[in-house]
Amino acid sequence: MKPISRVNDFVVKFSNVNGSGSASANALFARAVLRMGVPVAARNIFPSNIQGLPTWYEVRVVEDGWRGRRGGIDLMVAMNPETWSQDVAEIEPGGYLFYDSTKPLPPSRFRDDISAIGMPITAICNAEYSDARQRQLFKNIVYLGALAALLSIDPAEVERLLAEQYKGKESLLEANRKAFRMGYDFETSHGAIGLKIERRDKVGERIFLDGNKAAALGALYGGATLCAWYPITPSSSVAEAFAAQCHKLRAEPGTGRHRYAIVQAEDELASIGMVIGGAWNGARSFTATSGPGISLMQEFIGLAYFAEIPAVLFDVQRGSPSTGMPTKTQQADLLCCAYASHGDTKHVLLFPEDPKECFEMGAQAFDLADRLQTPIFVMLDLDIGMQDWLCDPLTWDDDRRMDRGKVMSAADLEAGKEFGRYLDRDGDGIPSRTIPGTHPKRGAFFTRGTSKDRYARYTEDGSAYVDNMQRLLRKFETAKEYVPAPVIERAHQPTRAGVIWYGSTGAPMVESLVALEKHGIHLDRMRIRSFPFADAVADFVAEHEHVFVVEQNRDAQLRTLLVNECGIAPERLIAILHYDGNPLTARFITREIAEKAALFNVKPLRKVAP
Amino acid sequence: MTYLAKPKLHHPDLPQNKLGYTRRDYEGPVSTLCAGCGHDSISAAIIQAFFDLAIEPHRVAKLSGIGCSSKTPTYFLGQSHGFNSVHGRMPSVLTGAALANRDLIYLGVSGDGDSASIGIGQFAHVMRRGVNMVYIVENNGVYGLTKGQFSATADKGSKAKRGAVNSDEPIDLVQLALVLGATFVARGFSGDKEQLVPLIKAAVEHRGAAFIDVVSPCVAFNNHPGSTKSYDYVRAHNEAVNRLDFVSVREPITATVPAGGVRDVLMHDGGTIRLRKLHPEYDARNKVGALAYLEAHRMQGEVVTGLLYVQDDPSDLHESQNTVEVPLNTLGDDALVPGNAALADFNASLR
Repeated sequence: MKPISRVNDFVVKFSNVNGSGSASANALFARAVLRMGVPVAARNIFPSNIQGLPTWYEVRVVEDGWRGRRGGIDLMVAMNPETWSQDVAEIEPGGYLFYDSTKPLPPSRFRDDISAIGMPITAICNAEYSDARQRQLFKNIVYLGALAALLSIDPAEVERLLAEQYKGKESLLEANRKAFRMGYDFETSHGAIGLKIERRDKVGERIFLDGNKAAALGALYGGATLCAWYPITPSSSVAEAFAAQCHKLRAEPGTGRHRYAIVQAEDELASIGMVIGGAWNGARSFTATSGPGISLMQEFIGLAYFAEIPAVLFDVQRGSPSTGMPTKTQQADLLCCAYASHGDTKHVLLFPEDPKECFEMGAQAFDLADRLQTPIFVMLDLDIGMQDWLCDPLTWDDDRRMDRGKVMSAADLEAGKEFGRYLDRDGDGIPSRTIPGTHPKRGAFFTRGTSKDRYARYTEDGSAYVDNMQRLLRKFETAKEYVPAPVIERAHQPTRAGVIWYGSTGAPMVESLVALEKHGIHLDRMRIRSFPFADAVADFVAEHEHVFVVEQNRDAQLRTLLVNECGIAPERLIAILHYDGNPLTARFITREIAEKAALFNVKPLRKVAP
Repeated sequence: MTYLAKPKLHHPDLPQNKLGYTRRDYEGPVSTLCAGCGHDSISAAIIQAFFDLAIEPHRVAKLSGIGCSSKTPTYFLGQSHGFNSVHGRMPSVLTGAALANRDLIYLGVSGDGDSASIGIGQFAHVMRRGVNMVYIVENNGVYGLTKGQFSATADKGSKAKRGAVNSDEPIDLVQLALVLGATFVARGFSGDKEQLVPLIKAAVEHRGAAFIDVVSPCVAFNNHPGSTKSYDYVRAHNEAVNRLDFVSVREPITATVPAGGVRDVLMHDGGTIRLRKLHPEYDARNKVGALAYLEAHRMQGEVVTGLLYVQDDPSDLHESQNTVEVPLNTLGDDALVPGNAALADFNASLR
């Protein structure tokens, strides 16, 4: 078997033990490649555990800039004896295995069709360090040095990164630099392998950022002043990043006092309750959670819908149902959020495709919530939320102002403007609200989950109830004008087939479209960015005979929503589903679409190899 | 019916408070609760307290959960914003509201089912966070709206209207609030307005988590022989440890100082609680003593009422959050949105 020989296009997987300090060394590796001007797509594959279980970090070095997972491993950095067999088996034929050769292994533990590069890492560290913790931690930096040599990464880039990371901590910097050099010098004497990183200029101004941090910053820029949350993987870092960013950006000059409040609540019910209380009282408020949290919040979400409270919820979706797979990714909360709560309810959902959109939609969600006076769900998933993505730098229009929607001021009330909390004065289904404490004599009302008339007076009259429910439908129709529009692009050749996706599916999807095109399958494409669906969504489906709907759940939830809300005949929508919890790959989509395309007579009928 | 407004015309000589408001300005529509319901007496006490304190009604936000007690905020302070939220979850909604605007007065109204059963978790946490509020539980030991089931505060051995005997231990919310860190804890009786009104006034001016458990007989389902929350039972077993006059900084001090056993407690803003001790050994500033006293009397079947515990200089959630002096809901773009320049630093750290 000829060893793989590739430049700037291969996959490195690090196999580690959770809690061994590998995460920061692995992240350094990814950032060093970026500093070489070569894009990467990186993913942590981790267990629901703090210490001791296997964990992996996969770095796809990809000059073409694809952001999805590729599938297949070209170089395995095997640092966990427990997963050795599995790790070795995963390597592509002709690939490479880098391992700790301190303890000799019998030839039967290796493969003939891969190249093994052994380095006595443990022995090197044991000789160098006496402290047990140091022996463990510096192993990671030693193999980072070795990889830099093997893959031709400029050691100066790594040293610069170390200098930035340990700025002001000179002794730590020196120790890390030394460990890095030990690894680098050792492997330099052994020569390079067929995988190579060459300097390019393909990263530019782009940043390497995770979606949870971006969403938190979006909330900050969106003017949120109250965050109430309960820890749950994979969403906890939204609230934690909000706290960290507020600490930097939201302290009152002079006093240092907080222009925000963050409460770690006793559970998700209390989180959403606080958000609703804060939003009712005029402060932009949000919570961050995952599927199980959304389940717990259902009753309150119904209240917020019916009482028309502008709440914002970030749902970082994970493997479900129930506890499911907390550290795995899925897009499986779509229906649960779209129709959250008992009774007739529908909610506005936003679908960011990457951390950049997490920031933008994270901020926009607060304008939408105030404008539409209803809960807004920003639907992330673990893949976007917890993984670093290469994306365009974040920008902000300094002329932009918060849209607080229809809020009656004391002056409005004093001037005698007619106020009815549920009165549709403009015909768009959106009533005006007042913030408690606005005016001594006018504008007070009683907020209820039960029935009321247009002036918020209690009534059990059926016609008043229907009147209100119909207005809420009108308001949902109005929402279509405000939510982000779908992005539609045509194939390079006229076609009668199309494809629809949303969120993190986009990364492997756009890569797959290029592959499909090479196989002669041309698809018009639409990325849905929000619910309720714009009219353009139904029009897109109507223009095509067959439309693939690619998503990451078992039950084709987006397809269900399209059938249900747009009155589309189900047979026109062909489900392409991936839900094993791992990030979707272009290879998977290409294979699935090619197979189904043949069945549905989408030309051509040529079989596509995976 | 609640949509029947009370007549607007009233006697020209109705007394006015310092703001020129009459008592009518603190009322709401006519109550829909059963005639004789203890809850209506509590509403009347709330109206009286806010009238006396001369607080502008629109500076109060009244929040409740679900149940008979939670319906009552409709019937008082008609010019205040109100929020009838979710069963057992009023504390979280109130917490969020209080964080949004530290300048309003937050009045949480709940019941024994709402707070001691479904909502005991949120009850606990709102106390330990020290939310600046008045939290009133209208406690009748029974579910009224669903027709007479026991609640978690019903005494063991207490008899339901249809004859069932409660076999579970009761939850005493007063003891719970004390242990959980409430800084003002009192118990009143809906049938004793003289005691209740000053308790509410003092609680309003307390800057921290103030809790009042008000025993409030249910005339429909829990006012029969064998009930320990009936008017007759409570009157016979009420053990008042003190009487108080509350002197607000808003009012001229006219109360005459009674002789013997009097102790003044100065409030945070300068108001004064003038405690007339009925039991010389009872010290409302001693939490440990209060707990022991309460438990000893509970075991004798007595209902201890009065101001049971007060901390002189409490702190509240805004203090622990270190929030700015102005309400968060008044901050605009300039204070909240850092602008594009700050993003440049952020971007630079991620390359």
